[in-house]
This record gives sequence, C-alpha cells and structure tokens, in this order.
Amino acid sequence: MAEYHRSAMIADSPSGYCPGCLHSLATRLISDVITELGQEDNALNVISVGCSALNLLYWSGDNLSVAHGRAPAAATGAKRANPERLVFAYQGDGDLAAIGLAEIMSAANRGENFTVIFANNQTYGMTGGQMAPTTLIGQKTTTTIYGRDPATTGYPMKMCELISQLPAPAYVARFALNSPKGVRQARDGIKKAFQMQLDGKGFTFIELLTNCPTNWKLSPLQTLEYMNTNTIPYFTPGVFKDITAKEADA
Amino acid sequence: MVEINTSLCKACGYCVKFCPKHILELGTVRNKRGHFYPVMTDADACITCAICATMCPEGAIDVSERKV
Repeated sequence: MAEYHRSAMIADSPSGYCPGCLHSLATRLISDVITELGQEDNALNVISVGCSALNLLYWSGDNLSVAHGRAPAAATGAKRANPERLVFAYQGDGDLAAIGLAEIMSAANRGENFTVIFANNQTYGMTGGQMAPTTLIGQKTTTTIYGRDPATTGYPMKMCELISQLPAPAYVARFALNSPKGVRQARDGIKKAFQMQLDGKGFTFIELLTNCPTNWKLSPLQTLEYMNTNTIPYFTPGVFKDITAKEADA
Repeated sequence: MVEINTSLCKACGYCVKFCPKHILELGTVRNKRGHFYPVMTDADACITCAICATMCPEGAIDVSERKV
C-alpha cells in the first residue's frame, strides 16, 4: 500500500511540456522532495535556457533565471550570499554540457555547496532537435541527419564520469526516469543531494536520463523503450561518488 | 483509492503501461485539451501501489489508501 499526493508547489494546471516529457516528471520529483524536506520557502531554483527553463511557470518556488549555461555561476553567487538557502540549478544537456561546460566544471572543481540537477535527453529540445554533446553515436538529429559520426563530432560526453574525477564534488549520481524503479531511485538521490547540501557537505550533481518524444520522433511509450535499448547501456545509471559512503565505512 | 485529475492528463500512457494489475486504459472521452485520459476498468482490483502516480509526468494521479 502506498500513497501519493502531488506537491502543493506544482501549479494546478498542465505543465508547458510535451505529452510524455520526463522534464515535468523531474520537476514534480524535485517539488515532492522539497515539500518532504519542508524547504518550500527556502528553495531557490536557478535556471538558464532550454526546455529545462519551462519549469519556471510550473512550480511556485523562487526562481533565478540567468544567461544560457551560466546557472552554476549564478548559483555560486546565490549560495554564497545566502548560505542558508537550498539552491539548485536545473539544466538540460545542451545548456550544461555544451554552452555551460566551463561553468559546471569550475563550480564542481570549487566544490560549491549547491546541487545541480542535469536532465540529459541527448538533444536540444527547445530549438528543434539539434545535436547535443550527449547525442548518442548514430542518433539522427536535425544537424546529424545521417546519424552522429564520431569522426567529425566526437563521442557523447559522460558528465557524471567527468565530474566524479574531480576531488571536490561530494555526491555524483545518474538515474534513468524511464521506469518506476528508476524514478524512485532518482527521488531518493535528489533527497540525499539536497540533504547533503543542507548539511554543508559540498557540491552535489544529479544526472537524470530523460526523453524527448517530439525530437526523437517517437511516441512517449516508444521513447521509454529507446532509453532501455540505447541510452542506458551507454549512460550507465549509478552512484559515481559519495563522500558520506566513505564516512560510513570508516 | 486512485483519483485521476483528468484536466491535467496528456495521455502519454505511462500509467497504463506500468500498472501491475492492468486495470488502467486510455478511455474514449477527450478532456478539454483533446487528450483521451485513462479510466479505471476495475477499481476493486487496485492494490494502491501508486506506480501510476510515480510515473505520471504531470502528477495528475492522486493515490490514497482505501477506506475499509
């Protein structure tokens, strides 16, 4: 037996996302966790540009809307000025892994005490499905019409693996939102990251594997299957770094 | 007990796919936005696992324990 009641932080109207888009599920998960932690009035959502920014009107918490890719830089300032607030950046893969690569790596390297939630759907959703750094090999997009070729465009960027190599981050984990199990793990992961931030443990990074039914040109249910067969084998879900696990062992 | 806020539904079908008792199906009536929202075919068979609510991107499903 289980109960589920949606967070009061979510607007009582449909989100601006396409049917089946897991961005709205991610926003709902974050809101549920914030409500559970009792941080409704303390949370600050830093958003930059992309479909990820559409959660601006969907949840009722505080927002800081900043330049493309610069959410970690703005979140650094927000958190340093207001250390008691729960600050998190919500970014897509074009935003975080392409345009904002310098900002995310620098913020992670400094070990800033805020959370970055990275929704990875392997495409630029809002601008019409162009290739992102995370686009899979062979995946067709509007800028790689014969499929992504590593000879000219390189390989999909694994952000969790990159960030977990740095000494400063406290918690780095990846979850897939295409199954109830994955959604529940993601919820626990987000809760853990937020709790670690409130405890002052340092930089926490959550990658959520999401979908884009519109630009992948698949039905919502087909995208979940596509994620199982293509996305998850390359972007392996799991916890890549957790300093509290080491403390527990010691 | 499962309550579906039909006005939020976008008919992605995730709840229908993941319901372990297969008692949800997309109906034949459209909501205001033109989506065929899901209906419950056998409410008594529901085990209130809340998997439908877990997977609903819009949070349109509210699950509470059944009153005995």
